[in-house]
Amino acid sequence: MLLIPCPFCGKREETEFHHGGEAHIERPKDPDALSDEAWAEYLFMRTNPKGVFLERWVHLAGCRRWFNMARNTATNEILGSYKIGEKPPKGAR
Amino acid sequence: MAQKNRLTEGGRIDRSKPVNFTFNGHPLQGYAGDTLASALLANGIRVVARSFKYHRPRGIMAAGVEEANALVQLETGDRTLANQQATRIELYEGLSATSINCWPGPNFDLMAINSWFHRLMPAGFYYKTFMWPVAGWKFYEHFIRRAAGLGISPREADPDQYDQMNVHCDVLIVGGGPAGLAAALAAGRSGARVILADEQAQLGGQLLNERCEINGKPALDWVTTAETELADYPDVTILRRTTTFGYYDHNFAGLLETRTAKLTDGGEHTRQRLWHVRAKRVVLATGALERPLIFSDNDRPGVMLANAARSYLTRYGVKVGSRVVVFTNNDDAYRTAIALFEGGVKIACIIDTRSAPDGELPTAALALGIELVDNSTVTGVTGGRGIKSIEVMSLNANADGVTGVPRMIDCDVVASSGGWNPVIHLHSHSGGKAKFDEARGLFIAGETLQASVCIGAANGEFQLDGCLKQGFQAGKKAASLAGLKKSSRRKLPVAETIDETPARILWALPTTKPIGERGKHFLDLQHDVTVADVQLAARDGYKTDEHTKRYTTLGMATDQGKTGNIPGMAVLAQALGVENPGDVGTTTFRPPYTPVTLGAFAGRNVGVLTDPVRMTPMHHWHELSGCTWEDVGQWKRPWYYPQTGETMQDAVNRECLAARNAVAILDASTLGKIDIQGPDAAEFLNRIYTNAWSKLAVGKCRYGLMLREDGMIFDDGVTTRIGENHFLMTTTTGNAATVLGWLEEWLQTEWPDLKVYCNSVTEAWATLSLCGPRARDLLTEFTDDIDLSAEAFPFMALREGTVGGIAARIFRISFTGESSFEVNVPASYGLALWTQLMNAGEKYGITPYGTETMHVLRAEKGYIIVGQETDGTVMPQDLGMDWILSKTKDFLGRRSFARNDSMRADRKQLVGLLPLDKQTVLEEGGQIVAENSTARPLPMIGHVTSSYFSANLERPFALALVTDGRSRMGEQVYIPMKDRNIPAEITSPVFFDPEGERLNG
Ligand SMILES: [Zn+2]
Repeated sequence: MLLIPCPFCGKREETEFHHGGEAHIERPKDPDALSDEAWAEYLFMRTNPKGVFLERWVHLAGCRRWFNMARNTATNEILGSYKIGEKPPKGAR
Repeated sequence: MAQKNRLTEGGRIDRSKPVNFTFNGHPLQGYAGDTLASALLANGIRVVARSFKYHRPRGIMAAGVEEANALVQLETGDRTLANQQATRIELYEGLSATSINCWPGPNFDLMAINSWFHRLMPAGFYYKTFMWPVAGWKFYEHFIRRAAGLGISPREADPDQYDQMNVHCDVLIVGGGPAGLAAALAAGRSGARVILADEQAQLGGQLLNERCEINGKPALDWVTTAETELADYPDVTILRRTTTFGYYDHNFAGLLETRTAKLTDGGEHTRQRLWHVRAKRVVLATGALERPLIFSDNDRPGVMLANAARSYLTRYGVKVGSRVVVFTNNDDAYRTAIALFEGGVKIACIIDTRSAPDGELPTAALALGIELVDNSTVTGVTGGRGIKSIEVMSLNANADGVTGVPRMIDCDVVASSGGWNPVIHLHSHSGGKAKFDEARGLFIAGETLQASVCIGAANGEFQLDGCLKQGFQAGKKAASLAGLKKSSRRKLPVAETIDETPARILWALPTTKPIGERGKHFLDLQHDVTVADVQLAARDGYKTDEHTKRYTTLGMATDQGKTGNIPGMAVLAQALGVENPGDVGTTTFRPPYTPVTLGAFAGRNVGVLTDPVRMTPMHHWHELSGCTWEDVGQWKRPWYYPQTGETMQDAVNRECLAARNAVAILDASTLGKIDIQGPDAAEFLNRIYTNAWSKLAVGKCRYGLMLREDGMIFDDGVTTRIGENHFLMTTTTGNAATVLGWLEEWLQTEWPDLKVYCNSVTEAWATLSLCGPRARDLLTEFTDDIDLSAEAFPFMALREGTVGGIAARIFRISFTGESSFEVNVPASYGLALWTQLMNAGEKYGITPYGTETMHVLRAEKGYIIVGQETDGTVMPQDLGMDWILSKTKDFLGRRSFARNDSMRADRKQLVGLLPLDKQTVLEEGGQIVAENSTARPLPMIGHVTSSYFSANLERPFALALVTDGRSRMGEQVYIPMKDRNIPAEITSPVFFDPEGERLNG
């Protein structure tokens, strides 16, 4: 079970959190400008790397804040967590 | 004769404390300190179980956690435990155990006939036999379930309590043998918070089975001194009878502590505790398990591990037999021969697969006059229910066959040793790799992903002195890495080092015929998997251990292949012509290391505490009224209120008629309520909902629909503008938390620039929904500061004032199609107001109604319920709700309307359905077909989403999603049931008051 560093609360048990999928998928500013393929890309397609993954989490049973985290999917090593709008930690980009 | 195999002295049992127990109904006696297994052996009981598949007689083969045969049903009734290892059950007064897998008993088992037909049950038998025809499974299942046996789970609720502990520590040490104890001493001396957990009641690990010395004194004296010292450290916790069953990411471990030595002792204590431990450092001193030699008929009662024979003698004062053969490929088993010989047990001979072993231990054994038969193997065993003799032959030059003249040796026990496997299970649980040590033929821990280290025998260090050294070093280092640098200058203990010569690694040992043609070479004793099965799997095309184990079920029994897996992998490697067993894969061990009681996982969360129950402020009134309940999420909601003698349909009919003809009241407090405030609140709603919110006037309500980005309906509800920057959103009862989460997600991750705050106020308000033609008359009696007339207080408006003297918000919104008033008062006033309304409403015929009536009334109006008319694949257009989709702004999901899938002409659309016979209530979920045919299958064009009998319409009706449904009005369709097709007509989904005049009344 992961020990997740919430940027607002500190390290907490994984059971307090909810996973929110891949991070840094921005909602298109003008959806109508997108082709069907590009819209489908935004809707459905996600990377699934073996290695460092930037993902969203929400501290549901805690501060209820969303944040991003860099985690190695093969080892579950956590390279760091960061607030929405901030840049990923070094080594995770 | 009582305890005929018990020595008169020696062992770590208490002969002054006899313990009475029964096995298969026979009264027997052992001593305090015994396990059930040692007591059975002391009493000369050889056959304790039957095997899983062939029902062959089986005896005790180990002395600990690796036991694969001696599984028993412990106790009966509500505390009974299935498949318990006799080797791990501490004997207690009055214990009662029975064999499993056999009927009527282990000595005569009717199912043993399976072993005569074993050629019909090869590896993959289940797959090959039952994959076709599909219907065949139903036929076979009955017999397989009966024959497969294993224990019986209790029928009654567990009477015992279980606890859970959540702790942090600096250093968790798993295993209380020499290495673990040394680590605990070193870490404890540094002042670290230490947890030392060991699965046994006594610390010492393998030292309990040996006669060795530390510092020139009996090793257990050192153990006692260590325990005393550790007990003095306030931050050191010693957990005995505690198995670390799982080791997970980020140094999280699961421990199961058994707190009552006696299973029937529950009540005073919690019986077990589940420990959740988060450690800064973990030291795995989990020891090693001996592996058996794999020879023909190596499952006969009397074949056991060499270390087990030594353990029964040294620890329990029990002779495992009267003439013992020690069969080995290594030096360590000579310790068993020497210990047994010196304990007065006749050693028939030592058979060694090696030629002329000359290490210290073999030399010492030969000096005692024990006969050595070298370069040889056991080729056969005589005696089905207990060994009578064995056949021994010399190995040929390649050791793949035998040569010379067979020799028969009388004996009743074969104590075999194929070397030791480090216990790297926990290391593997947490993502650690295994490394194959070719020279020694064993897997040791490779790279770990955790802040952990394997030490002692778990690290392949089999010398006592080395274990102590590694332990002290690891304990000190772990404490230091956890931030505790205090050092100790105490002298480290020393033990004698005995050099051992290398083992000769041969996996399946040859007999006079090819393997499989003379006896069985068992790998997995619990699942009856043989060398021939694994070889067959290789011929059937299986190339890795992970696939082979599933095909043959090797290692998939409750012991998880603790003795059989490594030889099994090696046999597979040989069959595939792969040199290194590590190349066919390294089995990934999974938690739990040993089985964990479900009760321990549940802890205190049982019975009424299984899940929280949410009750409205009026719950008590409903309960007294005798309503039936519907669970909606965690909420308890009244389903309907039956009066004496009424059926459900009677009650619902009465409630429905009251709502349309008089006045009826619903407890709607469970509806999700989210308070939304901030200068950008209206803009936020514009993006979240499909319709526009900027121009909604203060004091007005609007129905809204939320979509996911793929255009599918996510939730709906009425939202009211309470102030310029203040909205109250309502959600469906079951979706309230999800919707709040959805709002927060968009606000925080996508639109952090919007100044909007959301807060759940569901439980702050009691919601009393009055509907029907007399609702206004009743409510007028309760308020003098709100004008309730239709002109002053129109549909879809909010008024604030007092109701019955209580500050209230009244919403004129309706889910029934009737003129309605939804009265919201602070939750603590809900029951009082409800009671007053019921009393005053009596003269109008006020009728409380539940969720069933609510569903019927809304369906008569064609109002959808998210989750009933929608299932995550339904768009607003499918429901004929185009009217709610703004054309002038963007909103979540809008772009997806233009996707190909959204534009399909054959999407399912919401329609009404009227069964032609005016009698049959269709089944919800029923499939709809166009053709009235008895043929099956038929192309399905839709399904029934809601279906009820309507007292107002005096007939049954339904809502349905039907392909291209809106162009099928008036068409006849069919709902096929088992015995007939029910005809129905497709209609508009609005059955009652289609103009909506009553809403404004
Ligand atoms: Zn937090």
